[in-house]
Amino acid sequence: MTPEARAVYRIHSPLLELTRARVLELVREPEAVFWVFVFPIVLAAILGLAFRSRPPEVLPVAVVAGPHAATRAAALSAGSDVDPSIRSEADARQALARGRVVLVVSADDPPTYSYDPTQPESRAARLAVDAALQRAAGRQDAFTATRAEQTQPGTRYVDFLVPGLLGMNLMGTGMWGIGFALVVARNGNLLKRLVAAPARRSHVLGAQLTSRLIFLIPEAGALLLFAYFALGVPLRGSILLLVGISLLGALAFSGLGLLAAARPRTIEGVSGIMNLVMVPMWIFSGIFFSTERFPAAMQPFVQALPLTALNDALRGVMLEGTGLVPLAPELALLATWGAVSFALAVKIFRWQ
Amino acid sequence: MTSPSEQGTALRCRGLVKHYGEVAAVAGLDLEVRSGECFGLLGPNGAGKTTTVEIFEGLRPPDAGDVEVLGDRWRGDGLALRARLGIQLQETKFPDKMRVIEVLTLFRSFYPRGLEVSDVLTLVSLGEKAGAYVRTLSGGQKQRLSLGAALVGDPELLFLDEPTTGLDPQSRRQTWEIVEGLKARGRTVLLTTHYMEEAARLCDRVAVIDHGKVIALGTPRELIASLGAEHVIEFAIGEAASAALDDGALRALPTVEDVVRDGGSWRLTVREVHRAVPALLAALSERGVEPTQLTTHNATLEDVFMSLTGRRLRDA
Repeated sequence: MTPEARAVYRIHSPLLELTRARVLELVREPEAVFWVFVFPIVLAAILGLAFRSRPPEVLPVAVVAGPHAATRAAALSAGSDVDPSIRSEADARQALARGRVVLVVSADDPPTYSYDPTQPESRAARLAVDAALQRAAGRQDAFTATRAEQTQPGTRYVDFLVPGLLGMNLMGTGMWGIGFALVVARNGNLLKRLVAAPARRSHVLGAQLTSRLIFLIPEAGALLLFAYFALGVPLRGSILLLVGISLLGALAFSGLGLLAAARPRTIEGVSGIMNLVMVPMWIFSGIFFSTERFPAAMQPFVQALPLTALNDALRGVMLEGTGLVPLAPELALLATWGAVSFALAVKIFRWQ
Repeated sequence: MTSPSEQGTALRCRGLVKHYGEVAAVAGLDLEVRSGECFGLLGPNGAGKTTTVEIFEGLRPPDAGDVEVLGDRWRGDGLALRARLGIQLQETKFPDKMRVIEVLTLFRSFYPRGLEVSDVLTLVSLGEKAGAYVRTLSGGQKQRLSLGAALVGDPELLFLDEPTTGLDPQSRRQTWEIVEGLKARGRTVLLTTHYMEEAARLCDRVAVIDHGKVIALGTPRELIASLGAEHVIEFAIGEAASAALDDGALRALPTVEDVVRDGGSWRLTVREVHRAVPALLAALSERGVEPTQLTTHNATLEDVFMSLTGRRLRDA
């Protein structure tokens, strides 16, 4: 071997060598690079596009043909909220049933509004239609309110979405990144071989956590930079706090990943456990929509999930500029999840 | 090299017992491995070899018995003792996308002292594959990498668990040459195998293991000599003819030491083939029996195992 090669392969501390092995393993796996770095950006871009510059929705309504149909349609067209079409009674019913219109104005005088009150669009259409027809019939408004339309950064759907995606990614890579590697190593007798050669157990597990934190930087960085510059998602709070929350989140989910991978010998086994842990959080932890949509009875469960705490903290610091102290409960919950699962994982870990 | 304090004995165990549920994998085993020797545990699959070695390696606790390795006993994480051992497991899957040199560098980092990684590459003939990914290696090369990873710490005692199982004959010979090189340098090696030719070629002493017990112990030459005869005649005459054939009649033939029947097949252990074979053929033709098959070979450890257990090593 050349002296240069000898220099490159200088021996470092076991923790460093184990971490390096793990990092190399990951960057040499193109699929892993895609899922960790590219996927969240693609998802944010697609969802950002879908929810960004759409004009306010115009609600389609049907006016049943009759003596008043033309005047009513004209009155409804005057506003910008609804788009009326004159249809026969049967046609209008069918259009409502199939969802092509959200409300039907009957031919009677005064008219009957047929609509589905469980649909927000239908309810909105009823208010708009009623107001327009009342006004056309001569009603005077008691006052005219000023409209302040909120479309600036910070209140759009994509602003809500990005912190959720970041949280989801921290969970996914933390759990998969650690769990998968450990089970593969256990399955191939590598864990046993490492501890048989005198690798310290704390070094083997510590290298997993360290490599996880190394990858956090490009992973969270790529998504946040893209969101900030390309989508205009604001960062109102402290960058340092955001970094700290991401770090804590990554460690907490690494702990959960370690716990999920503490016993299984096969990829199928660990996959089942991972899904059992992660699927509920995909649904309940407010990635794509607010956790407040769930009934009050479920809130204790929803709020106890680590991803809920992480998402709330990320949204707080990014969208509302919240400081450390108000976020303390969320961060404490996250730290507890991480510490308890890590301790438990070390206790029950199967080395062979 | 062994330190002067335990010159003589590298490993000693007494009354070793290990159960898996109802099954006794190791059933009261006593062994002593001397410093500088290559000691073989020979036995069929399932004889308890791997369990025994893993107890020696401190990877499994025994249910009962006492193990002393390099004058020390397993307690705690055993890191100090491990640093003096080299351990190759029956099968280890190193990460596919690590390079050969990276695997050795990683393992080297675990040992406070040891060999240069470049020297280990030469030792296991992987110099040209230093930069290759593990997944591109052949079975023999992977096995040699595994051997290399056990050697980087320059161990005083090296454990090899079935080092050539599943390898082609050429890779097997290559592995043997590496082990012979280690022997020449005075290393103590404990290996398990179910290949009698491997034990015969590499081992200074062999313990034949069956059902978790040592059933014979000695140098390969001593074990073969214990048969009392150096040659084996095998012949087949079919079930019906065998039933009619008398054990005692065969024992009475010149230089025959032992007779074993397995259905229609017979094995005679004999001292002199040139006297036993004509007498055997004459005895058979006297009874109107013609052998369908007849072979002779020099006695091997396989024959030792057969004479002790009545079974073959491979399909026992």
